Amino acid sequence: MTFNPGAFLAPVVDWLNANFHGFFAVITRVIEAVLGAIEGALLVLPPWALIALVALAAFFAAGRRVAVLSACCLGFCWLMGLWTGAMQTIALVVVAVLIAVAIAFPLGILAARRPRVEAALRPILDVMQTVPPWVYLIPAVMIFSLGKVPAIIATIVYGIPPMLRLTTLAFRGVPTDLKELGEAIGAKPGTILWKIEFPAATPTLLVGLNQCILLSLAMVVLAGLVGAGGLGAEVTRGLTRMEMGLGLRAGLAIVAIALLLDRLSRGALEKKRA
Amino acid sequence: MEQTDILIDCRSVWKVFGDRSREAIGAITGRGLGKQEVLKEFGCVVGVSDASIEVRRGEIFCIMGLSGSGKSTLIRLLNRLIEPSLGQVLVKGRDIAAMDAATLRETRARHIGMVFQSVALLPQRNVLENAGFGLEVQGVPRDERNRAAEAALAKVGLSDWMLRYPSELSGGMQQRVGLARALTSDPEIILMDEPFSALDPLIRRQLQDEFRQLTKELGKSAVFITHDLDEAIRIGDRIAIMKDGVIIQTGTAEEIVMNPADQYVADFVAGISRLHLVKAHSVMVPATGPVDGLPRCSPEADIDALIGQITATGSDAIAVEEDGRVLGVVTTRNLLLGVRGDAAAAAH
Repeated sequence: MTFNPGAFLAPVVDWLNANFHGFFAVITRVIEAVLGAIEGALLVLPPWALIALVALAAFFAAGRRVAVLSACCLGFCWLMGLWTGAMQTIALVVVAVLIAVAIAFPLGILAARRPRVEAALRPILDVMQTVPPWVYLIPAVMIFSLGKVPAIIATIVYGIPPMLRLTTLAFRGVPTDLKELGEAIGAKPGTILWKIEFPAATPTLLVGLNQCILLSLAMVVLAGLVGAGGLGAEVTRGLTRMEMGLGLRAGLAIVAIALLLDRLSRGALEKKRA
Repeated sequence: MEQTDILIDCRSVWKVFGDRSREAIGAITGRGLGKQEVLKEFGCVVGVSDASIEVRRGEIFCIMGLSGSGKSTLIRLLNRLIEPSLGQVLVKGRDIAAMDAATLRETRARHIGMVFQSVALLPQRNVLENAGFGLEVQGVPRDERNRAAEAALAKVGLSDWMLRYPSELSGGMQQRVGLARALTSDPEIILMDEPFSALDPLIRRQLQDEFRQLTKELGKSAVFITHDLDEAIRIGDRIAIMKDGVIIQTGTAEEIVMNPADQYVADFVAGISRLHLVKAHSVMVPATGPVDGLPRCSPEADIDALIGQITATGSDAIAVEEDGRVLGVVTTRNLLLGVRGDAAAAAH
């Protein structure tokens, strides 16, 4: 006799599909609309104009080096002929990261304050991180069918654990005397959180955000398997047709995007702090 | 002493740490258990045990104890950073444990400033912003809080450093910023949690003197925690000595040095110089012979001054005089005994 958890889960997914179809449809609409808007915004300008704009923004937000690097990364994608795919991938990552952070940040703070919440979350996070990522794609596809939405959902699930763990670590690491200071001067809990704890926790939070972005990018690429489009689709095509050239080009473009997102997010947040 | 002149009245306060602290407190009140029994029976550590102190208006009250004596816990009970397990803390006559969150914040913001051993400056803010941080969280407009912060920084001698960041300052200067931050909200009471312990001796002495002078000038009251008896004597109007969570003795430096409550305190004060602590009235003996030819001093003259007088005049005794009446005489022998700190023997 074998134990088959799927036999229990499949009916649950079916039941969800049958009873919450409307709800999932709304989620699909919202995500698709947001994604479409971001993609549209990224693709409305000619590539050279967008590259110039990003470089300019990077210059003011994060300094000259990051500006040059951003221009090189984006220019590379353009030259490889993968501009549209790259923009789609960036849109997917941005949406997934925003949602993952919106979920992980408050939960992470809660876990830092309540040991019991952390104890309850820990095994769940362990499972989320160790289950091979494409396994998430199965229920996501069953509920949201093929396309970008299941890719986003799976990416969010994959991006939450690092952000959540590092948020907890970051807020645990705030020196006790700083928190005492906040209380001793009669600050409200919200003030202590935003004016004392958050700045002190920022370096670790940045590491978390960074991990979240890079892991999301990896997952978004993988989600090319379920028709998420973007650079992942190019990689999938290269794989299925055994086209070394296409696979390599797409792979390098992904590295370029990873560099761009990493340096840009880190640079912007570090500069803001200094 | 009128009731209104007692700013902090801490009445038989206990703090018990541990999972079973509530049961432990029940046993302490019900069966009168001591701390050893509490530790054995409930596995709870008694941080502060039956501590009572009164801090009067305008006074610097030092709490002296070694690490683990419960002094840091006690000071945190005074502004309820730590909740007392038992007993009452009255701040300006109001029970701080009974305050709701908003009133407590208000009390902390307006009436009790605090300075930390680690200074606890916010690294991403400059000196001015750090000094004005207390007012900032109270929602005071920027201009007003900057004005108050500038004034406070001027008092601690940091006017030229307002736009620097904490990392650019020395330890002593950082601690001045901490003091300025506490002064900016103009509280009546300042809690000082070992503020100078991490500084080197020269800077420490300088800050001690400045702190005492500033506190007196501004008419503030302070509770000052230290592990250094010299510091307590230098700064404090009155001193409480703590050991294992218990306050062993409270009194002026002279009272403690001349009449230590037990062997522990006696060992502590053994190395303390009596020259400036012991006053004429503690070492004088009743006059047995004529006192007309003797030089005169007041009862408050310290031993150092008396030695000066004796060596200068060549007389071997001094008459202690108050309001034209001779209270007694201090002989060379009394002086020597007084220097050794033997009050009982000196007065014979």
